[in-house]
This record gives sequence, C-alpha cells and structure tokens, in this order.
Amino acid sequence: MRQQENNIFKNIDWFTILLYLILVAFGWVNIYAASSTNSSGELFDFSSRYGKQLIFIALSFPLIVFILFLNSKFYEQYSSLIYIFSLVLLAGVLVFGKKINGATSWYNFGGIGLQPSEFSKAFTALALAKLMSDRQYNLDLVKNQIKAFIVIFLPAFFIALQPDMGSVLIYFSFFFVLNREGLTLRYFILGIITIVLFLLTVNYGTKIILISTLSVTSLIIIYLIYKNKQFFRFNWPIILLTYVVSILFITAVGYTYTNILKQHQKDRFDILLGKIEDNRGIGYNTYQSELTIKSGGFLGKGFLQGDRTQGNFVPEQDTDYIFSTVGEEWGFLGSALVIILFSVLLYRIIFLAEQQTNKFSRIYGYGLVSILFFHVIVNIGMVIGLLPTIGIPLPFFSYGGSSLWGFTLLIFIFIRLDAHKKYDY
Amino acid sequence: MKRSFLLIFLIGLVGIIYIGRLFQLQVLEGGNPNPISSATIKIEYDYPERGYIYDRSGKLLVANQISYDVMAIPKELSAIDTLEFCSLLKISKEDFLRRIKKIKNAKKFAPWLPAVFIKHLAKKDYAFLQEKLHKFKGFYIQKRTIRNYPKPIAANVLGFLAEVNELQAKNNPEYENGELIGKLGVERYYEKELRGSKGKKHYNRDNLNRITGSYKEGIYDTLSVPGKDLTLTIDSDLQKYGEKLMTGKRGGIVVLEPSSGEILALVTAPSYDPNLLVGRKRSVYSPTLFGDTINNPTYDRGLQGVYPPGSPFKILNGLVGLQEGVISEQSYVYCYGGYRYGKRKNEFMKCHCGIYGRPIRLKKAIARSCNSYFSDAYRKIIDKPKDIKSGFDNWSNQIKSFGLGNYLGYDLPVGQKGLIPNAKYYNDRYSFGWGPTTNISNAIGQGEIQTTPIQLANATAAIANRGFYFTPHIVKKLNSENINNEKFTSKRQTTIAPEHFPAVIDAMHEVFKTGTGRYSQVKGIDICGKTGTVENFTRINGQKVQLTDHSILIAFAPKDNPKIAMAVFVENGGFGSTIAAPITSLMIEKYINGKVERKYLEDRMVNLSLQKEYDKLIIKKDSIEATGEQHL
Repeated sequence: MRQQENNIFKNIDWFTILLYLILVAFGWVNIYAASSTNSSGELFDFSSRYGKQLIFIALSFPLIVFILFLNSKFYEQYSSLIYIFSLVLLAGVLVFGKKINGATSWYNFGGIGLQPSEFSKAFTALALAKLMSDRQYNLDLVKNQIKAFIVIFLPAFFIALQPDMGSVLIYFSFFFVLNREGLTLRYFILGIITIVLFLLTVNYGTKIILISTLSVTSLIIIYLIYKNKQFFRFNWPIILLTYVVSILFITAVGYTYTNILKQHQKDRFDILLGKIEDNRGIGYNTYQSELTIKSGGFLGKGFLQGDRTQGNFVPEQDTDYIFSTVGEEWGFLGSALVIILFSVLLYRIIFLAEQQTNKFSRIYGYGLVSILFFHVIVNIGMVIGLLPTIGIPLPFFSYGGSSLWGFTLLIFIFIRLDAHKKYDY
Repeated sequence: MKRSFLLIFLIGLVGIIYIGRLFQLQVLEGGNPNPISSATIKIEYDYPERGYIYDRSGKLLVANQISYDVMAIPKELSAIDTLEFCSLLKISKEDFLRRIKKIKNAKKFAPWLPAVFIKHLAKKDYAFLQEKLHKFKGFYIQKRTIRNYPKPIAANVLGFLAEVNELQAKNNPEYENGELIGKLGVERYYEKELRGSKGKKHYNRDNLNRITGSYKEGIYDTLSVPGKDLTLTIDSDLQKYGEKLMTGKRGGIVVLEPSSGEILALVTAPSYDPNLLVGRKRSVYSPTLFGDTINNPTYDRGLQGVYPPGSPFKILNGLVGLQEGVISEQSYVYCYGGYRYGKRKNEFMKCHCGIYGRPIRLKKAIARSCNSYFSDAYRKIIDKPKDIKSGFDNWSNQIKSFGLGNYLGYDLPVGQKGLIPNAKYYNDRYSFGWGPTTNISNAIGQGEIQTTPIQLANATAAIANRGFYFTPHIVKKLNSENINNEKFTSKRQTTIAPEHFPAVIDAMHEVFKTGTGRYSQVKGIDICGKTGTVENFTRINGQKVQLTDHSILIAFAPKDNPKIAMAVFVENGGFGSTIAAPITSLMIEKYINGKVERKYLEDRMVNLSLQKEYDKLIIKKDSIEATGEQHL
C-alpha cells in the first residue's frame, strides 16, 4: 500500500450505488405488492414477508459499511482463505443443513436461514480473480485453464449435491471472465453447439438429429477438402474426433433424456419446446406468470391494483416470479425500465472494470457482471416464458436475505476495489 | 475494449429480445379489455324463480318445488362417521367412496370450489340430515328449485328441463355449466320468458377461489328479473281425456279452436308422465324414455308424425276443383268400380264407393269417398291450363294455402314440413316426363302427399272458417297479458272463395249423418268430418309388404259457428270409421258438452289396445330397413 486513501466517499462510484438503491427500493415495492395480501399490509409488520425484507435491506447497510471500510487489499490477500471458507460452508450445509423443497441449501440459526450458495458466488469470483491476476498466469496453457475450471466448478460441485441446479448453472457464467482474459471463443461456440444439439435431440429424438448432424458435418468437411486438398491430411484426427464425439454426445443425450432425467426435469424442457401444453401442472407457473404480465398492458394496473398479483395467482411471486408483479402493476413501461436499469448497471460495471489498472479488480468486475447478467437472463427469461423453469432469484428484487446480501456483497466489494483504483499503479 | 465486446454485445442483444418479448406480451397481446371476464373475479348468481305454466282456464300445469343438493367443499372435508352419513343419505358405502373420490380429484384444482355431492335429496331425508349436518364438516345443503307437475299430462307440450350441454354453456354467455335449460315443448320455445334473467354479483377472489371482497363496490352487479308465467291455450280436461282415449295406441290428436287458432289439445301417444324427468327419478327413467326407439314417447306424433292424409285430402282437391271451375256441385262422374287413368292393365285405381254406373256428384263423392270422382277432378285441375307445369304449380299452391307442405309456424320447437309436390319437384324426379297420372294417388291423399296431424287439423279449421285460418299456437298469455303476436292474430286466407265451402261442408256433415261416421254421431251436435284409411307399406327383404291401414279423421263442430276443429291419427288402426271416428266424436262431446254420456263407447275406446298390431310390426321388422312406402 503506497498511499493511504483519505476520503473513500470521494472515490466510490455513486452512480452504481444509485442504481443499486433504485433496484432494491423498486424490488421492495413489488415484494410489498406481492405479499401484502396475506398480511396486515402495515408497513412495519415484521411477521410479513415485506416486513422481513425491510429488515434484510436495513441489515445490508452495516454490511455495506463494513465492506467499504475494509482495506481493498484485504480482498486480494485473503481471497483464497475466504474461498476455502465458503467451500467448507457449502460442504457443511450438506451435513448440517435443513432440507427445504427437496434441497439441502440452508443453514438454520434459530429460525434464521442462511443460504451459503448465495455468498459463494462472490467468493468464487474473488478466488478466480486472485488466480488469474497472477503475473505468471497465462490462459493459453491448458494447465491454467484446468486450474480456473477447478476454482469455478468446485463450489458448483457442492451445490449440485444439494441439489440446486439453478445455482450451479450460474457458475457457467464465469466463461465470460475467462473469455475476457483471453480464453478462445471456441469453447463458447462449442458450448452453444452443445446446447443447440441437446435441445434438438430432446425435441426431435436421437435418430433424426444424429443423421442430420453427421450429414451436415460431412458436407462441411467435403467443402473444406474441396477448398484445400491438404485439409484431410493434416486434420484427420480432429475430423475423426468430431464424428466420434458428436455420435457419443447425441446418443448420450438421447439416452439421458429418456432414461436418466426425472419426469419433472423432462417436463420443463417439454413445456419450453412446446411438446406438451400444460397449464395446470408444472406449466402452471409459467402460464400464470405470462397471463399476469399480459394483463398489465402498456401502462400497468398501478401499485397494489394488480388483481392477479393480489389474488396470488402466480406461485412464488415474491421470490422467483417477482418480475411478473412488475409486469402487471407497472406494465410494459415499468418492466422495460427494469431491463434497461439492469443493462445500464451491467454496462457501468464493464466500463468501470475496463478502467481498472489492477488486473485483480478487473477480473473481479467481470465476474460480477457475468453473475448478474446470468441471473437476470435466466430469471426474467423464465418469467416471460422464453427459458425453462429454473429457480434462481432476480438480483435485488426477489425476496430473501441471503440473496440480497449475496448480491450486495458482490457489488460493494467491486465498488470498494474500484474506489482504490487511483492508488493502484 | 475489444475483449469486452462479447459481453457488451450479448447484454444489448438480450435486452432487446426481452423488451421485444414484453412488447409482444403486454402491448400486442396484452391488456384485459373485459375486466369482468378476468380470472380474479368470481361471479355469484341470484337465480330467479322460473315462471309457472297454466292451462287456458288457469289450472296449474307446471310449478316449482324445492330440491336439496348436498354440496361438499373439497378443502374442508375431514374424517366423518361414514356409516351414519351413508344411512342418512340412503346410499351404499361404495357409492359414498366413489363420490368422495370424485371430489378429492377436484381438490387439486379447485380446493375451495363447492362440488355437488348428491343431487335432489328427498324432503324427508333432508329433514333428518339437516339436524345432524353439523357433524359432517365440509358438507352443506344447497336449495335448488326444480319443476313440479301437478297433473301428469301434456308432457309433449310442456317439455322438460335439463342441464345445458357444454356447447350451449360455452357459446351462450347467459348459461353456465350445470344450469337448467328448457328442452322440448314450451319450456324450450319460451325458455327466455320463463327463465327471466339471473342477477349477478361480482367479487374479487384469490388463487384458491376464496372471496376477498366485493369487486369495485358492486358497480357491475345486477338484480335478477323473475321469469314470466305462461298461460297455455290447452284445455287440460280435454287434453287429459284425449290422452286417456289414446291409451294403448300410437298416433296423435290435434284439436284447434278455428276462430283463433288456439291449440286446445295436442295429444301424442304413447307419452309419459312429466314428473318422471324431474329430480332423482330422472336418472332412472330418462334412459327408458329416450332410449325407447320403438314406442318413442318423446316423439310428438301430433307435430312430427308425417303421414299421407288419405281421404280427407279429397276435400281439399274438391275445393280446388270448385275454385278452378273444373267441377261444380252438379257436375258428375261415373264410377265403374274404379278409375282407369291409362291404357295399360295396371293403370287402374280401384274404388270402394259402391255406386256402380250411376252419376256421382260432389256431395255424394265426399260422403262415399269416391276415388274415381276425385281422380277425375285432380286430373282436370292440372290439365286446365295448356302448360302442365303451371297447372300443377297452381294446384300445389292452392293446397299449400291451407298450411300444408311447409312449417306452420306455431310456437313449439318441433315440427315437420310434410310434402306437397310442385312442378319443380316432379321435374327433378321424373326426368322422362310426367303428367297428372304420374302419381294419380295424389288425388286421394296418398302417393307423394305427406302431412302432419297438426297441418290437417289446421286445414280443417280453414274449412270450418270457410276460407281462412289463424296460425295455430299454444300460448295464450304471458304473465296475464294476452300475447300480441302479429303472426298469431292475423288471418291467413286460403285461395278458395267462401262460396265454394257450403257444398263441401254439407257433404262433410253428411259423412257423420249417413256416411262412414254415422255410428259416431253425438246427439245435438252437428259434426262435419271426413274419415280416412291410409294404406301403408313396409319393405321386408326388398319385398313390399302392406301393413294394417292407418285410421284417420278430420272433423269440426258444430257445423255453424264451429268451436272445435281437429284431426285424429291412429297408426295401424284400420278403417277411419272404427277407431278415429269414435275418438273424434268423444272428444267433441267432451269439449262442447263438458261431459260424456256415451260411457260404453268411451270404455271401449280406452280399453282398445293396438299393442298386438304393433307387436306384429316388430316381428315383421326384424329384417326390415325402412317403414312406409314413401320415398322420403
């Protein structure tokens, strides 16, 4: 530490904090709308969900102060320790945790639940930043790639054991960080092809997709050989590998889908792909949430005027489906505004991350953006019926202390790091 | 910034896609134009009482009674003393379990929505259950009004109530699943008037169907409007008497008041007690009533039975002949046991008038029902203009002016057109050319001619009125206000001039004085009528087989200032004079004198059963495809 910062308030990014406050406040307004019907409706009724959320919000302020007043170097120095601590928490929850809705994700401290997976995202981002900010670190080496993957997927592995597949999915977002730091896009393209092949196989069955994939691949290879006579000679192992892998992959997906996936998991894909129409059973949530959003129209019905929200038609409306409340009561204007606010926040963080002179801060910033981005895509995509039902919260909006504090931690560590950038030379 | 391009690009792309999707959902497909149809609003109905139905003299025919449905709220069900509950409801344990299972299935989707557990509890059972109901959590009793028929008559006229079918409930906003709607009879035709309109109350509800308050302080709520009472034109005594006379027979009696077109009685046989289609009895009897394709008790033979009219049709041909001037009271025809209408051997129609080789004039021809006379007249009518088509159309139109060959337009929901052929009909069917003798049987009311009993009764009323009729109708008053329907109060003129009627009416009078109806005279009443005996055939293994003739009669009385006009049709009853004529005379006596003196005749008619005839038909029909000789 070369220089002591005198006044942190001068250096922190107030714009990001403003966005944070707007999102949290608007989130709470919607939680109030979605949960007040079952309660007294009084503002400080702390037995109600909105009352509790108010406490969570209030408690996040000491947390923010704490984060901001820690030295920025603290995060870099202790990131490994914190990461290991979070792994211990994740492992411990499997043993000591409380089973809620079929997943052991919660610690229970005398009635207060804590969800370690909400915090481990931030700590994984720190650890990844620490790993990759090393001067010796070069992502072109496979060895280093594997190291990064281990850091990312170790916590994901524990979370998968809970099991909480939605949260596991978030860890894939770290790909964007790796990409920013130089990992080739081939992995990304490969990933996209994998997902597309997966969905096609699920939808149309193994045989057709296998045949068409092999024919398309063959056509491409024939074209490449036609262009360059030498192509085959130098690339035959890769060509062979492509064939073997695609045959194995498609067969495996087909087999997994029909024989290994549980019915409720299959249903989610089937509903999304339109293979089954189901407005009563598992498709009920999405159906109701779409109807609710539709009923909002352009201007929305107004605060507390959403009759579908007030009638509790959408299940989980104050947590995973909170965006449908926005859609109904604030209409197209309100919900589009939320998406714009999120986009602005994400762009702002990218902008700030790119300004970082310290590699650690930049990588962490990208981790933050990737996690937020994934949460927003997956959650809103599910609520508006574009993605299958995957239960993860909408940052700052969804009810829940762990999730709010987890995101607060994520974003304010970055603000703290950013505030220090002037002193990093 | 090059390296951050992927994220920047994706954030923008996803933002645009999501906002686009929201635009599609909320702006293009969105909004809720009809707030009341929203899923969050529960509508509760206040059902008005359905209108009563009275006969023409104010005797109650249809009333309402209260029935008790045991309802269950799935979510509130808990363990109960099943044995006691079953004994109170008088159901078996299996039945109980079956019903509970059904309700438990509903629990998943609509835990707070009341479901019917048992319908139509008897009043006695209700009283016992009511005392102990507090023991059975989740059950309650809902009162419903159902129909009640103090007199077990006129089922075909009254119709019945049944639950609306799904299609009706879906297409008609006034009906919800499970509500009752009139089927058949006046219950159907006057459904709107009888029903009134239900009041609506709107409540906010939540996802569990619990009411959370009145919707917008009730600005959309409406009050119920009670249904109107109907007074029918039916004379319940006459109706009841007609039904009694028709026991053991198949057919119909239609009685009209010529001066108004009011239907005094509309009897079809076999019929049923309307009380059988109410409440719990309904499920027991409806299969036998609706499933009986042999007796077909819900088929109204008075309105829907299509038969060749037979000899009574000769009167209409006679009138058209007079109108066209091709015959006169004095013109005559010789009959030599039949009428030869062609040169070939089989082109000869037999006649049973029994007047051999002596001149036959109109009156005698009607009284003795001479086939030759009317075949000759029919031929002359059609041959009168040079163009055979216009001749045939002219004949057809004149006959149709008596209300034949098309729907009469009465206020009951069922009916048949019947058939009076015209030139187009013949052109379509007889491509090789046709003429008056193509189907000479038309002259005597057979051949292609098809009528329903109510059409014949109406034509009779037109004869009785000397040239006009009022469209028959069944409803006299709506809520003590006379119906004022132009259709039923305006005269419909026939094409026949009034001066042609007396001769024909005299002849019809003669029928009951000296002719085929002479054994069915009523002292003091001048009855005019015409009997008929209609041949009918069926096909067995492609062979035409003749069945026992239908017995038919049209009549009106008294001769001057007629009060009653009617048609009687008894399937396979034999000669018109043996069954139809006595029934007609008894009906007329009952209506005009108010009581029947000739008890011996009444008893004979009531006890006369044609079941043996009909049984023959069933055996014969074992290998048959269709009944009747007719092509339609």
